[in-house]
Amino acid sequence: MSYLRSWGRAAQPVMHLAWGLIGISVLVVSVIGVLVAIPLVRAAPARSAPLASPVARGGSGLAWIYIGVGISTLVLLAIVVWTLFTLAAVASPFERPAFTIEIHGHQWWWEARYLGTPASRTFVTANELHIPVGRAVRLELIGDDVIHSFWIPALAGKTDVIPGQTNLAWIEADAPGVYVGQCTEYCGGQHAHMAAFAIAEPAASFDRWWAAQVTPAANPPTGPLAHGAALFDAHCAACHAVRGTAAGGILGPDLTHVMSRRTIAAGALTNDSRSLAAWIENAQRIKPGCAMPTLNLNRADLAAVVAYVQTLR
Amino acid sequence: MAPRLARLAELWSTAPGWRGFFSSVDHKQIGIRYVVTAFVFLIAGGIEALVMRVQLSHSNLGILSPEAYDQLFTMHGFSMIFLYAGPVLSGFSNYLFPLLLGSRDMAFPRLNALSYWIYVFAGLFLYASFPLGLAPDAGWFNYPPYSSAAYNPGLNIDFYVLGLVFLGISTTVGAANFVVTLLRMRAPGMSINRLPILVWGTLTASVGNLLAVPAVSLGCVLLLMDRRFGTHFFDVETAGQPLLWQHLFWMFGHPWVYAIVLPALGIVSDALPTFCRRPLVGYTPVALATVTTMIVGFGVWLHHMFATGMPMMSLAFFGAASMVITIPSAVSAFAWIATLWTGRPIRTTAFLFFASFIFLFVVGGVSGVMTGAVPLDWQLTDTYFVVAHLHYVLIGINVFPVVGGIYYWFPKVTGRLMDERLGRWNFWTMLIGFNLGFFPMHIAGLMGMPRRIYTYSPGLGWDGVNLVTTIGSFMFAVGVALFLVNVVRSLKHGAPAGENPWDAATLEWSVPSPVPAYNFAVIPLIASRHPLWEERLQETERSSLERGLRLENGRETLATTVMDAEADLILKMPGDSYAPLALAVGLAALFVGLLAHSAAVAGIGVVASALSLLAWLWPERILGQRAESAHG
Repeated sequence: MSYLRSWGRAAQPVMHLAWGLIGISVLVVSVIGVLVAIPLVRAAPARSAPLASPVARGGSGLAWIYIGVGISTLVLLAIVVWTLFTLAAVASPFERPAFTIEIHGHQWWWEARYLGTPASRTFVTANELHIPVGRAVRLELIGDDVIHSFWIPALAGKTDVIPGQTNLAWIEADAPGVYVGQCTEYCGGQHAHMAAFAIAEPAASFDRWWAAQVTPAANPPTGPLAHGAALFDAHCAACHAVRGTAAGGILGPDLTHVMSRRTIAAGALTNDSRSLAAWIENAQRIKPGCAMPTLNLNRADLAAVVAYVQTLR
Repeated sequence: MAPRLARLAELWSTAPGWRGFFSSVDHKQIGIRYVVTAFVFLIAGGIEALVMRVQLSHSNLGILSPEAYDQLFTMHGFSMIFLYAGPVLSGFSNYLFPLLLGSRDMAFPRLNALSYWIYVFAGLFLYASFPLGLAPDAGWFNYPPYSSAAYNPGLNIDFYVLGLVFLGISTTVGAANFVVTLLRMRAPGMSINRLPILVWGTLTASVGNLLAVPAVSLGCVLLLMDRRFGTHFFDVETAGQPLLWQHLFWMFGHPWVYAIVLPALGIVSDALPTFCRRPLVGYTPVALATVTTMIVGFGVWLHHMFATGMPMMSLAFFGAASMVITIPSAVSAFAWIATLWTGRPIRTTAFLFFASFIFLFVVGGVSGVMTGAVPLDWQLTDTYFVVAHLHYVLIGINVFPVVGGIYYWFPKVTGRLMDERLGRWNFWTMLIGFNLGFFPMHIAGLMGMPRRIYTYSPGLGWDGVNLVTTIGSFMFAVGVALFLVNVVRSLKHGAPAGENPWDAATLEWSVPSPVPAYNFAVIPLIASRHPLWEERLQETERSSLERGLRLENGRETLATTVMDAEADLILKMPGDSYAPLALAVGLAALFVGLLAHSAAVAGIGVVASALSLLAWLWPERILGQRAESAHG
C-alpha cells in the first residue's frame, strides 16, 4: 500500500515530490532541532532563582527573523513551483486513454463497469481491475450510496467517489503486477474492509481476460450441479447477476466470472471453497453490517451452492 | 489588610459555598473552571484514544466492534477539538485577560458565566449519548450522506448536530466577550502596541470564531432539517449536494484550527521571554503574524477537500495559499528561536515545555506543507500521515503550551509553585511518549494505512508501527497523569510563590498570588509592554502600578478608548447572578426536547430561557452607569 515506490506516470512524479519534500522536511526539522537544543542544553539549571539572573534587552535579534523567514520563503516558493509542475504532470493522462472503467462505490465493495466498443463488449465485475501495462486507463468514479475514496497508492493518488457527481481519474502501470488499494473515505462500519486491486498484465493476456469476461456463463449445469444452480436462483439471484442465466440481481457484485477473482468480499477473504462457504453461510460474521444476508442453508445445500459458484470461471 | 482593600474584597468576592459556585461571575473562577472542565474532557478523550490504540496494536484484533470503534473515534475527535482544545484556551484567556489588561473583570461577566455553563451542558449533552449506546459515529467531520437519515437513522447524529449548535452558542458569546473586553477594558496606557501576544492571539481567535462558527451551525441546522423534516440540502436523490456540507464544515473547521492554536502560541510568546530574561524578539512581527495567519486561514479550507474533484485552478490557488500560511508561522518560530539565542535561558519545567513546543511546532508545520502540496496530498490525505500531522499540531501546539502555561501561571492562581522535580519527570515522559506514539504514525501513513479503520489485515506491514504507537500513547498518558498528580500535590504542598516567582514582566505578576477578587487595588497606568522590567530595561517612561484610579464605590472598573486606551468611562459591573445558569439550563432543556422529539420539553426550555433572560435584563439600580464620564 506504500506509494513511496510507485509505478506509472500518474504516480511517479508525485513519488519524486514525496521523497523531495520528505528530504526537505527532515532537513528543516534537523536544523530547527539543533537551534532549539543548543540553548536548551546551555540554559542555566532551574535551581538558580530567576531573580538572580539579570534582565537585559540582549540586542534586537531581528536578524534571526529576517534571515530565517527569508530562507523559509525561498524554500517554500521552490516547493510551490515544484508542486504546480507535478500537479500539471499528473492532472491529465499522457495519452488518449485506452478505455474507460466506470467505478461505482458501494457499502462496502467496488463495482467496475468496463465500457467496451462496441457496446456489446461492455461488462461488469467487482473489486479487481485488470489493466494493460503501459496504457492510460480512464476512471469515471460514481457514488451510489455514501462517499468513498478510490485509491491504488502505487498507481495514483486518491479521488473521492461522491454521490451526485462523477469524478474523473486515470491510472497507468508501467510494470505487470498486483497493486493493492483501499477505500480511504470513512464510509461506515466496514470501511476497513473495502479493498480494491489493480492487476496490470501484458496486452495479450489482458485482451484474453477481457474477452473471457464478456462471455456469459456456460449453459446451466446438469447433474449434481443443477441443485446448486437452483439454490442459487432461489437464494442469490435477487441481488447477484450471472449473465446467461436467470440470475439478474444488481444489488451485489456480478458473479458471472467470480472465480477469476483472487478475493471475495472486497478483499476480506481469499477466493477458495472454504472462504466461499463461510461467506455464503454467514457473511455477517465476517463483515458485520454488510448487505449480504445470512442464508441459513443446511450443510448439503451450502456445499451445493459453493460447488455451483465455483463453476463460474 | 488595609480597610480599603477589605472593602474592595467584600465588594468583589463571590458568595461562599454552593451559592457562589452556581452564581459566580468572577472571571478568575470561570477561567479555572474552564481549564478544569477542559481537562476532564481531555481525560475522557484520552481514554477513548487508548482503547482504540489497544484495538489497533495488532492486526485483526476484535476487542472493539466496528460500531464501538466508530463511536470512539468520533467522540475522541469531538472531545479533543471541541470540548478540550478550544475551551482550555478560553479558560486561560478568561483568567488572564483582565489581569493582563489591567481591568477588574471581563466586559460582560454574566455572559462569561453563561458561556461556561453552556459549554458544560453541551459537553454533558454529547456524553449522555455514550451510556445510551448512541454516540455520534460519523466522525467529527460528519459528512453526509453517511450522516443522513437514510444511512444513519439513529439519534447518534442528532446528538452531534444539536450538541454542536448548542456548543456554538457558548463559543460565540465567549468570543464576543473577549473582543469587547480587549477593545474597551484596558488599563489607561495599555495601547494596542503594548498588548501581550496572548491577547493578540485570543482577539484574533475570537474574531475568527465569530466569523467561522455560523458556517458550521448553519450546516448542522440544514442537516437536522434534512434528517427531521425532509428537506433536501444534502440529499442527492433530489439534487441536493453532499459537498455543500464539506464546504460549510471546513469554512468553519480550518479557521477553528487556528483559533485553537493562536492563543497557545500567545502563551509561549509571553511566557518564554520570562525564562530567557529578555523581552520577546520581534514583538510587532509576531503580533502581525498572528493576525495574518487568521486572515489567510480563512482562505485555505479547500485543502481538506483536494480529493473531491475540484477544478485544477482552485486546487492550485488553495494549495499555494496553504503554503503561504507557513510564512507567518516561520516569523513566530524564528522570533522564539532568536529569543532563546539572545537571552539567558533558565531551564524550568515551563521553559522545557515551551522550548520543546517550538520543535513540535516545526514538525507539524513541515508535515502541513507536505499535505498542502496538492498532488502529494492526494496520496497523504485520509491516511495516518494526516493523523500524525494533526496530533503534532494539536498536542504539540496546544497541549504542550497549555501544560507549560499551567506550570507558569499555577503560582499566580494558587499562590504555590508546582514541583519542579516531578515536573521534569512529567515533561520527559510526555515528550518521549508523544514522539514515540505519534511520529510512527507518519510512517504508517506513508505505508498507506488509511484513517478510521477499526482493524487491518496482517501482511500489510503495519503491525510494527502500530504497536510502537500504542506503547508511545500509553507512555504519553502516563506523562499527563504525572502532570495531574503534580497539580493535585502542589495545591497543598507546593512552595509558597509570592507575587512574582519568575520575576516576570507583565501586569498579572504585580498583584498578589492568589489574585484577590478585585484583581487590582488601583487601576494601573501603563507606559510600556513590560511594566515590571521598565527600570532594568531603562525605559524612558514608567508605568504607575501603585497609584491610579481607586474606583471603590461599588463594583467599578474603567472603560478606555479603543486604540490608545485613554480613560473614558467608569463601568458599574454586575455581581453574582443565577440568571446565566438558569438560561443555560433552559437552553439545555430546549436541546434535549429537540433531540427527544418532545415539543413539551422544548417548550418548557424556551419559556425557562425567556424567564431567565427577563431576570437577567431586569433593571438594577446598582448597575446604573454614572452620568459623568472620566473625561467629560
